Amino acid sequence: MRKLFTVMAALAALAAGRAGAQDMLVNGAGATFPAPLYTKWFAEYHAAHPNMQFNYQSIGSGGGIQQFTAGTVDFGASDAAMLPAELEKAPDVVHIPTVLGAVVVTYNVEGLSSLKLTPEALAGIFLGKVKRWNDPAIASANAGAKLPDVEIAVMHRADGSGTTNIFTEYLSKVSPEWKAGPGTGKSVSWPAGLGGKGNEGVTGLVKQTPGSIGYVELAYAKQNSLPVAALKNKAGVFVTPSIATTSAAAAGVVLPTDFHDVSSISATNADGKDAYPIAAFTYLLVHRDAKDASKGKALVEFLHWAIRDGQKFAEPLDYAPLPKPAVEKISKAIGALTVMGKPVASAR
Amino acid sequence: MRRPADTGVESAAGLAPSQPGPGGGAAVPAGDRIWNVGLTAIGSGMLLVAGLIVFELSRTAAPAVASIGVVPFVTGSDWDPVAEHFGALPFLYGTVVTSAVALALALPVSVGLALFLAEMGPAFLRRPVSFAIETLAAIPSVVYGLWGLFVLVPVLRSPVEPFLARTLGFLPLFRGPPIGLGYLAAGIVLAIMILPTIASVTLDVLRTVPVALREGALALGATRWEMIHISILPYARPGIVGAALLGLGRALGETMAVAMVIGNSPGIRASLFSPGYTLPAVLANEFSEATGAVHLGALAGLGLVLLGLTVLLNAAARLMLVLTTQRFMRKAAA
Amino acid sequence: MPWRLSSRLVVNHLATAVCGAMVLVAFVPLVSLLWLVISKGAGGLSLGFFVNRPAPMGEAGGVGPAIVGTFFMVGMACLVAIPLGVGAGVYLAEHGSRPFPRTVRFLTEVLSGVPSIVVGVVAYAVLVVPMKRFSALAGAFALSLVMVPPLARSTEEFVRLVPVTLREASLALGVPAWRTSLRVVLRTALGGIATAALLAVARGAGETAPLLFTALNNQYWSLRPDQPMASLTVQIYNYAISPYESWHEQAWSAALVLLMLVGLLNLGARLAVRDRVGGRR
Repeated sequence: MRKLFTVMAALAALAAGRAGAQDMLVNGAGATFPAPLYTKWFAEYHAAHPNMQFNYQSIGSGGGIQQFTAGTVDFGASDAAMLPAELEKAPDVVHIPTVLGAVVVTYNVEGLSSLKLTPEALAGIFLGKVKRWNDPAIASANAGAKLPDVEIAVMHRADGSGTTNIFTEYLSKVSPEWKAGPGTGKSVSWPAGLGGKGNEGVTGLVKQTPGSIGYVELAYAKQNSLPVAALKNKAGVFVTPSIATTSAAAAGVVLPTDFHDVSSISATNADGKDAYPIAAFTYLLVHRDAKDASKGKALVEFLHWAIRDGQKFAEPLDYAPLPKPAVEKISKAIGALTVMGKPVASAR
Repeated sequence: MRRPADTGVESAAGLAPSQPGPGGGAAVPAGDRIWNVGLTAIGSGMLLVAGLIVFELSRTAAPAVASIGVVPFVTGSDWDPVAEHFGALPFLYGTVVTSAVALALALPVSVGLALFLAEMGPAFLRRPVSFAIETLAAIPSVVYGLWGLFVLVPVLRSPVEPFLARTLGFLPLFRGPPIGLGYLAAGIVLAIMILPTIASVTLDVLRTVPVALREGALALGATRWEMIHISILPYARPGIVGAALLGLGRALGETMAVAMVIGNSPGIRASLFSPGYTLPAVLANEFSEATGAVHLGALAGLGLVLLGLTVLLNAAARLMLVLTTQRFMRKAAA
Repeated sequence: MPWRLSSRLVVNHLATAVCGAMVLVAFVPLVSLLWLVISKGAGGLSLGFFVNRPAPMGEAGGVGPAIVGTFFMVGMACLVAIPLGVGAGVYLAEHGSRPFPRTVRFLTEVLSGVPSIVVGVVAYAVLVVPMKRFSALAGAFALSLVMVPPLARSTEEFVRLVPVTLREASLALGVPAWRTSLRVVLRTALGGIATAALLAVARGAGETAPLLFTALNNQYWSLRPDQPMASLTVQIYNYAISPYESWHEQAWSAALVLLMLVGLLNLGARLAVRDRVGGRR
């Protein structure tokens, strides 16, 4: 008993010592798509600024939007642009693009290390029409590959997800049947498959379930040594997701000047023979005018750091850094953020 | 068995006011009054808590009820947040199926176990087995989920589900790809979780069976099993039903372990190998991100449905248990 | 006739064997679970595991904040739940058969069966939304809602076990009723009440669902009730459904820590009762 108390007292002292009163704790929640990078960013930023703590919980883009709107977190994160109905409830939101990522199709089939998927095959699989791995729709693009006669276990998201939004936006663009059916959204009515929670959950499901296929952000597939499919892009070329092909997809995107409504930004099914078809920006959601002076300032300073110094952490984690022209535009947008009505006099 | 009025407090409380105090003055001492008022206030806290729960759920659910309507909500089989179609049926189905599987597996095991401990087995086993049962009851849900996800699901994936598909595949219950996750996995984990509940209540019920009944059967030359079969089981039946209902109530409300192994996919599917969704699991996954009053309201509505089901089951269970007790007291008095 | 008797005996032995087999069936998952948690979890119990924060995704860190968080939130919940639960139990024991207490008892039993996810939803609506933040306070509030009803029921049972004669003797000696309840009856039932309290704490420590959207989670060390807080249960859940092997290992280790905590509390509960029963009286 005594030992237990000593251990507990020690832990409590440790906690109290480290949770110093002057530490700034900024809470955020949202997308799982950029979470590997964000958690790295917050850890690095904390190491450089020990009294700044950014607590990020990856609960999905839907959760990020909802909790940001409800005011229960200081910032949100989403890969999906907020919809008009959502914008109405959060009239002062600004979407700050932070990095580019790719939604990849990952799978778990024994002996299959490379896979090519046409848009028709992909849509067919997720519509539940293409049910087995050796279906002609898949085999026709993969001559010579050993496709087993096994049922395809489709894995999708169970929570409101920006990754789903990006994926379904792509499917709606390439498959009229998908567009008429489940459509685009953070949370759709899936014709087939099982739901996992967060990118983490879907990756876990694919990793553990033989014969499964799922859509996740590139970093998750890479970090877990899962194979990714090459998709046929708009130009008809089968492209493997990578930093280069993601950047190529975003090359033609023109960013708006006002980042309140970013529904015009889309990097899916982009033109260009090197473009990976399912690429996307991801955003941090912040208030145009922060009501909390110290938190607001901390957030703005972090944002400046993220779009410049933070970008060097992107590539090792398989995210594509923001294109140079974009950085300037975004920097201006961050500069336009105010705290208690006054602009932030920060280093940049 | 002590009857409620026997604690003596009411008689004591009844004494105080009618006896004049030593000084011939105040009827009820101030201390007593404060004590009683304080206790009553705390007791009324329960009322407050129950009211709070129902009120908050109803308030949050109101927009959904207004826009969808109660009957379409409960009977709707489509859950599509994008199109704003919200129907509770897939979750009700999943909850019912997993709980039914759990009960079907747990009831025979629990009753057999209780019978063995109470009637058949050697006395030295009672302590360790009871201890084991209590340990099962104390394990948190998330740890069951962890075990279910990493141990049970791979085992189900192969060899169990393929075996079931080969042998019982003619039934629609055992068809479809063996993914491991799904109704069956959730049902098995739930069965393990409700086993202690059913077993311990059944043990208590078996203990209330009057000795006279047992001895009567034995005196007539019955074997032990026949005695159990003839006198104990029929007598204890309402109690065992009550225990089963309590276990069912617990199974309905389990969240974490189910959310981790059921596949999180709303739909009404016949095969036990299919993924599904239950009321608690969808609340856990979708609540923090429901945008729009209608989505949030629909989820709160699901919470209300869940609450209603568990309350009904618990009430029915208590009724059954009271029936057994009353029967005992009537027989004992006779 | 002998053959009829022997077939009845066969049935009898068969029944015994089947029921005995049921005992074994019940043991299998228990043994499997305990064995796995210990074997997979013990390896990860390094010092770093206890004193480090969680690391960025995929890297291995520790679960220190989660352990502290569980203690903190359960402790806060106890501050409210134990007085309320014990008080309600005493109330029910003392005023048991009148109509209003009967209603309260019925409600207490019903509330014991409320799924903890529903409690989480209510706590979100009551505390998180108005306070505009996820907080350890909201988590503790949800936990106390889960802990109070079973605590009240168990307390009532233990108080009822105290013999009437003790109360009557005290009253006969002129001790006021309230003092009798407090100093004589409750004191005698203390062992049982301690048991009930320890079991309620064990239950609170093992809850996950009420904390999901009340206390959220926190990767940093924090003792602030108005900020999100980590907890062992939520940490296990998050790590278990992630794809990272290192996190899976930590989930097993955290589960081991949680089981040890819950086990200790349950053990303490038994000892509290045994003390009383075998002891002075």
